[in-house]
Amino acid sequence: MLFLQYLVAGVLTGGLYGLIGLGIVIIYKSTKVFNFAVGALMTFCALVCVALVTNVGLPFWLALPISLAFAAFLGLLTERVGLRPLLAQPILTLIMATLAIESILYGTMLLFWEGYTISFPQGVLPGQTIFLGPIFIPHEFLYAFIVATACFVLVGVFFFKTQMGLRMRVTAESHVVAMALGINITRIFAMSWMLATVVGALAGIFIGNRLGLQVAITPSLAFKALPAIIFGGLDSLAGAIIGGLTVGILEKMAAGYIDPKVAEITPYIILLLVLLIRPQGLFGEERIERI
Amino acid sequence: MWRPCGVIDETYEQDLAIVRTFPQWTLTVAALGALALLPAYVSGVTLNTVNHIAITIVALHGVNILTGLTGQITLGQAAFMAIGAYSMEMMVRYWGLSFWIATPIAMLITGVAGVIIGLPSLRIKGFYLAMATLAAQFIVPWIIVNVRPDLTGGTDGLTVSPPSIGGLQLTSQESIFYLCATVAVFSTVFARNIARSRYGRAFIAIRDNDIAAEIMGIAVVRYKLLSFFLCSLYAGLAGCLYAIWMRGISVEHFTLHESIWYLGMLIVGGMGSVVGVILGAIMIRSLTILVTYIGPWIAVFLPPGTGTVLELGLGPIVFGVVVLAFLIYEPHGLARIWERFKAFYRLWPYSY
Repeated sequence: MLFLQYLVAGVLTGGLYGLIGLGIVIIYKSTKVFNFAVGALMTFCALVCVALVTNVGLPFWLALPISLAFAAFLGLLTERVGLRPLLAQPILTLIMATLAIESILYGTMLLFWEGYTISFPQGVLPGQTIFLGPIFIPHEFLYAFIVATACFVLVGVFFFKTQMGLRMRVTAESHVVAMALGINITRIFAMSWMLATVVGALAGIFIGNRLGLQVAITPSLAFKALPAIIFGGLDSLAGAIIGGLTVGILEKMAAGYIDPKVAEITPYIILLLVLLIRPQGLFGEERIERI
Repeated sequence: MWRPCGVIDETYEQDLAIVRTFPQWTLTVAALGALALLPAYVSGVTLNTVNHIAITIVALHGVNILTGLTGQITLGQAAFMAIGAYSMEMMVRYWGLSFWIATPIAMLITGVAGVIIGLPSLRIKGFYLAMATLAAQFIVPWIIVNVRPDLTGGTDGLTVSPPSIGGLQLTSQESIFYLCATVAVFSTVFARNIARSRYGRAFIAIRDNDIAAEIMGIAVVRYKLLSFFLCSLYAGLAGCLYAIWMRGISVEHFTLHESIWYLGMLIVGGMGSVVGVILGAIMIRSLTILVTYIGPWIAVFLPPGTGTVLELGLGPIVFGVVVLAFLIYEPHGLARIWERFKAFYRLWPYSY
């Protein structure tokens, strides 16, 4: 029974990791940039959403789309200011650029929200914790899981069924080929940053509903999504959700059966193991290097 | 190596010298003299900052060898520093060793830990390696806090008693300054020599293309691990200095953000340049100090209540903006600006 409880908790947390991971994968697929700023971006958007609800007094269903629009704008801004001038630069430059953006966002958040825990008012999301026999399910995480699944389906449909998605996939394959086919790849980059930030913001908002948001801590939750996507393969959408679920379940199992403290580093141990054994992940493409 | 017109090397020693002309010697001696006299004419607060910069330079030389020369991205320098600082303090505390004996041993321990953490670099590179060091950056503090909190003090950390030399306790900022400055100068010379030796050239070859380097007969495995070892050696030394400078250690001092800042300083200074390391460390650390002075001036214009953490928030913002600006406009960093200035100075008033 306890096992089932851990499994459910793991699946629900894993859904969130998957959602954050999805944001990273979308950007990585099309721009080959690894977005370390995802944690700061999602926290920022979630804090904006909280501010809209508590300070401005908007109802949640109105604040949500506004903050998602803000997220899209923030993603666009990040891409335009930080990453666009650094097209086709070496990997360290790109990593450092996203880390610099992370730093700027982190500082800005500290300015406005300081270091306290900020959470949504109680009952913003309808419903309450569900008890299924001895298993309890936090309804916030259930919503998050449903939204995560919906996001995966929508992004999947977008990538594989629409014109824009086709362009994105071509860009992911090769920037040069995409340009030769007349695709405006900078627009694709902007699109993927917007999409990814919106997905991340959703994750942030659900985290904020359940756990509260703290400027110094919440961004580092996103680092736990890194093992998930490395596990699943960096350029695979399905890998993100499967990796997220695996990491989430293993984390909760470690918390339940070994020690809650061990759970903090379980994702990173998984990360190290995956890197040592199968660096390209489950569904990732193995790169063949040439000189 | 470009040298001024008329400077002709007649012996191998002259050819190998770092400081070669009379004006260079004058400047070097003058600079070292000024450094030695620094405590006489600056206040304790400034000296505190200078010490922090000196320690940062030591740590940054390590990052430069690993990331700047060998091209292996590390997001774990602060974790390495933590290993050095904690192993030093625990040897002093529980085995009764003196600081001067414990520090070299702590450096070796850090070096070995660095090699272990560097092992994934044999299979992976680029940001996959960054991930591995990132994992280390999370796992090391966790081990320090949770495995034996009775020995390491858990989240509270440990206080560090000042070391003594010849009956003199290194308690004042002045005495710590002399220690840190000496170490910083010697580690700079060492780093400079590594960079231009056979090892340094092997590192650079690996950075530029490791497959090509291997084909040219460079033992990539050995040099990559050596690079990790040297990087951690520097980190361990910096960690020990940090411990006696702070008079205490806690995992709070060795966070991921600190590691990111080291990388940022390297970018600002100039990757792979020893001069860049010094310039980058001075620039970023001074900027953060400057921000604490400017903060109250800006706070006047902000709505009340937001200004209290202004300094906390402004630091990361300024850091991020500066790093991003350097990445975009001067990817070779301050070192390149310094080179341009030198060329300009030599040729003035002619343009070439």
